[in-house]
Amino acid sequence: MQLTKVMKAGVIALVLSQLAACSSLGVKPWQRDTLAKEEMALNSAPLDNRLDDHIYFSKEGSSGGRSFAGGGCGCN
Amino acid sequence: MQLKQLANISAALAAASCAVLGQPAEAGTLLDDWQFNSAILLYNETDRVSAGEGILTARGDFGDDKYLNLGLVVDALTGASATGAVGQPYVQSFTRPSGRGSYDVAPGVTPLDDTFHDTRVQLDASWEQPLAPDWRVSGGGHLSKEYDYLSMGLNGSLARDFNQKNTTVSLALGYSHDTISPEGGIAAAFAPMLLRSNFADDNSYQAAFDATRDRADDTKDTLDVLLGLTQVINRDWLMQFNYSFSLADGYMTDPFKLVSVINANGEVQQNLFENRPDQRTKHSLYWQNKLHLRGSYLDASYRYMWDDWELTSHTADLKWRLPMSDSWYVEPQFRYYQQSAAEFYQPFMFETEPLPQFASADYRIGKMNTYTLGAKFGTKLAQGNELSFRIALYQQNPQNDGFTAPGVLADIDLYEKVTAVMAQISYSF
Repeated sequence: MQLTKVMKAGVIALVLSQLAACSSLGVKPWQRDTLAKEEMALNSAPLDNRLDDHIYFSKEGSSGGRSFAGGGCGCN
Repeated sequence: MQLKQLANISAALAAASCAVLGQPAEAGTLLDDWQFNSAILLYNETDRVSAGEGILTARGDFGDDKYLNLGLVVDALTGASATGAVGQPYVQSFTRPSGRGSYDVAPGVTPLDDTFHDTRVQLDASWEQPLAPDWRVSGGGHLSKEYDYLSMGLNGSLARDFNQKNTTVSLALGYSHDTISPEGGIAAAFAPMLLRSNFADDNSYQAAFDATRDRADDTKDTLDVLLGLTQVINRDWLMQFNYSFSLADGYMTDPFKLVSVINANGEVQQNLFENRPDQRTKHSLYWQNKLHLRGSYLDASYRYMWDDWELTSHTADLKWRLPMSDSWYVEPQFRYYQQSAAEFYQPFMFETEPLPQFASADYRIGKMNTYTLGAKFGTKLAQGNELSFRIALYQQNPQNDGFTAPGVLADIDLYEKVTAVMAQISYSF
């Protein structure tokens, strides 16, 4: 069971690393107009994410993913 | 809140940060180099927990792509939290976790400890800067203190850009050391919850209660590793892929949670304090997409998590920012979460069966799905300041993982749904 999951993760990581190496992906520096916008930042609403992570950390059995999973509060 | 007051606060904070760093404070120019984000969140569950949380973060630009990030979080929690014990067709009495005082739970009602309250203050700081061309490094720490809990942590990250900054690979490490010292001490594994009414006097009760306590406090150490890959797909599409690994070692039992021991007719014979493993290894895969679609912005992410408690979960999160005018936007938000039960989760135990090594009836590690439906409204103000409001409904739907409720429990709702409303106001200046 565990091994299958690790293998699955490995396959996905491999596919994505191949994707990353593909030279047709990406933009030239002068094509970053949209990407440079605040709305396109991966963490465009850091406080919302932080508050959400805290709530879900204390109410559900999972945490992390976007950022670290561990510690920080008792949260009962 | 008055804008002028906020400006004063921001000036004071900037000046204070400079004092800490031993640099001369020049409020006029320094304010331009600091960005502040603040938010207040109110969280309210129907008949259960209410919480308020305030955050203030500051990001100082020290030139040459060097930044200092500071954060302050204050939250307060009050209300009733499910104990894990099952409801009964008659009134039940429970002793508070501290051992002092008791409370009654009405027939058919999920037992909740309604004296739960706590206040937490967290401080964090981090520094980030380039290390070499295409390399960035950061380091920081946090300190979080609440009445019965202390957490201290360090973190660091290293990122490398490739392919004209279209690809970024990062590695982040975090370590946290937590100490829990619950009121009344930590109960021994599966120690019984004693009732004062079963004892002749206070002294004999106290002696018996003290005998159920193992130690005053305990600790937990957590190591987090996060591997990230960010890829620009095209002019309108950015993607991130994370693998994270979290190893926790130490006390992970909830010192306030109980498991009911029942007879064949579903009647509670005794309530025992739960016991969880002292090791947990979590893995997660996280995939996030940021898409620009005809002037709107879509944030779509998926997370798959699994751990050695055999809890697995799927999380899908969608946020779609739609500009309404030059300055206003509306952002519908939807999140769906689904988890399987931890292997030692059980809603009750039978008196005829031997005690397992671990058991918890905490619905938060039981089979469950949840969803969040919300919307955010934001507007850009003068000088790049931003004001936003967010409101959301959070629904938790615990589910039966194949347990048959015997006798009187058949008519009791063992998997009560929890509904919460969240309201948030944010201001960036």
